[in-house]
Amino acid sequence: MITITRADTRPIQNQGDIVLVRKVVRDWALELQFSIVDQTKIITAASELARNAFEYGKGGTMKMEALLNGIRKGLRLTFEDQGPGIENMELALTDGYTTGGGLGMGLTGARRLVNEFDIKSTPGQGTTVTITKWK
Amino acid sequence: MERIPILKMGDFLLVTIQVDMHDRLVMTLQDDLMEKISTCNSAGVLIDISALEIVDSFIGRMIANIAAMSRVLDAKTVVTGMQPAVAITLVELGLSLDGVMTALNVERGVKLLEKITRSESQYLDGTSAQELVDDNDHKS
Repeated sequence: MITITRADTRPIQNQGDIVLVRKVVRDWALELQFSIVDQTKIITAASELARNAFEYGKGGTMKMEALLNGIRKGLRLTFEDQGPGIENMELALTDGYTTGGGLGMGLTGARRLVNEFDIKSTPGQGTTVTITKWK
Repeated sequence: MERIPILKMGDFLLVTIQVDMHDRLVMTLQDDLMEKISTCNSAGVLIDISALEIVDSFIGRMIANIAAMSRVLDAKTVVTGMQPAVAITLVELGLSLDGVMTALNVERGVKLLEKITRSESQYLDGTSAQELVDDNDHKS
């Protein structure tokens, strides 16, 4: 059974918030005693998704949850925005596809960096991306 | 306005990124560097990222862009000091930084820059940078 040992929510409304997201995710990952590689992976994934929420979703929030599954610790991050949503999910989850000016690696790259990845989007209503990294 | 300092070192420009950069700061650095390559007639750019805890796709793209733009301006770019965890994450993220030269540390980076800029143009005088390397060797 998975229990949530700690939870918090952070805003993603400007570029400075993306930096703060990286900082707070680092703090939590450190507290959960993630290895340096796992810390780097979850911070990088968070940075990509926070930027997506800001650039494409016109701002949103990041919900953070420290998890405990038996003796296994984990960190779950949920990025939510009320932006235009994603019309074509298959395309959005293709390496190199972008509707902005980026590389199109953010979403797919973030998926590769974590253990669990879930995305839900309704066109016109917004997008929610949940990632979990287990220690 | 917040800026990343760019140091002129002989024929090369040296940038040490010490802070977690927000996206606009990254863009400013890119513009400043191109301006400086042009005004200083620099043959090479060394970007030290040893203090960077993460390189995401945006910063990765900036690094690749700087290397490509420098090339067009006839300057070479070397990125130094990437943390092992950053390298692992970057490649898994899907970025391999093709076309960007890397070196383990600043000292090796400078030597690499000297080597490639000298072999490419014989009339380029690389002594000033060489003196700096010698100087560092004496100090350490």
